[in-house]
Amino acid sequence: MAETSGDRGFREGAVAVVPMAVAVFGFGLSYGVLARAAGMGGVAPVVMSATTFAGSAQFAAASVLQAGGAAATAALSALMLNARYLPIGVTVAPWLEGGFWSRLLHAHLTVDESWVIAAEGTGRWNPRVLLAAGMGLWIAWILGTLGGVLFGNVIGDPARLGLDAAFPALFLALLMPQLRTRERVTEVAGLRIGAPPPAIAALIGAAIALVLTPFTPAGVPIVAAGAACVIGLRRRR
Amino acid sequence: MSDVWNVVIVSGVGTLALKATGPVLLGGKPLPDRFTGVVGLLAPALLAALVAIGTFASGQRLVLDGRVLGVGAAAVAIRFRAPVLLVVIIAAAVTATARVLAG
Repeated sequence: MAETSGDRGFREGAVAVVPMAVAVFGFGLSYGVLARAAGMGGVAPVVMSATTFAGSAQFAAASVLQAGGAAATAALSALMLNARYLPIGVTVAPWLEGGFWSRLLHAHLTVDESWVIAAEGTGRWNPRVLLAAGMGLWIAWILGTLGGVLFGNVIGDPARLGLDAAFPALFLALLMPQLRTRERVTEVAGLRIGAPPPAIAALIGAAIALVLTPFTPAGVPIVAAGAACVIGLRRRR
Repeated sequence: MSDVWNVVIVSGVGTLALKATGPVLLGGKPLPDRFTGVVGLLAPALLAALVAIGTFASGQRLVLDGRVLGVGAAAVAIRFRAPVLLVVIIAAAVTATARVLAG
């Protein structure tokens, strides 16, 4: 990985994001279909994709509405799924340039995929890569949603096409490269475990999420899984 | 204002507020070293939770269905360094096939 945040630029970000943007377009299609089936109409899903711009949150909100849940529950589950963007925003903040509007634009275009693509390792983020990748994902997500809303009847049931499995597969593809680190040993509460810290955090996070799923509303297990990162607190850098 | 538009507005404004808190309020201030170790582990923890929920959760129930096979096939594809798009297509195709075979 590069030592400074200046090595990669807008073009590199735009190139790196293409395969993910194609995948996100596919998710946009399935979101448009699902949102329409949930009674959200044709315009609201597209506006939500342009503003909320977060797949898992929008899927959660649509499924709550489809199950007959209250608007407040739908909005709250979307916001809980997006609570991770508070710490994620904090991580990119030191590397952003420009004034209020530029920072707001970068913040809006910060999503899981653009955040990962723009990461330079050792807690550094490249703002130009973030902007390019974020814009590519934003356009793909809106166009996909529009396509799903317009051609929903042709596409049919997203589950029949296995699109619900495409989401965890994408997240797994984002997760795996993060598990390889220089550190081979994790120290937790005085115990030395022979696995890198990200792998331990991932295992704990997944366990928290699965244990909480039957007992908490949608979104809570994922927010709670973030607590796994406290194992990094005692590590000397 | 309908329920749907209330969801769209609250979710949109709230999400931007969450995302912008760091960049707009923190500005260019670097994070304390102790904190970087923690936030570096946030991504793997949350991504693993999203994988687990997306694979096993159906509403508030945990289930084993075609998604397990699809995500398992995706893991093999990632292991052999397949591009992201291929990984996603494999996951969807295997899951859809499993559902057809299961009737």
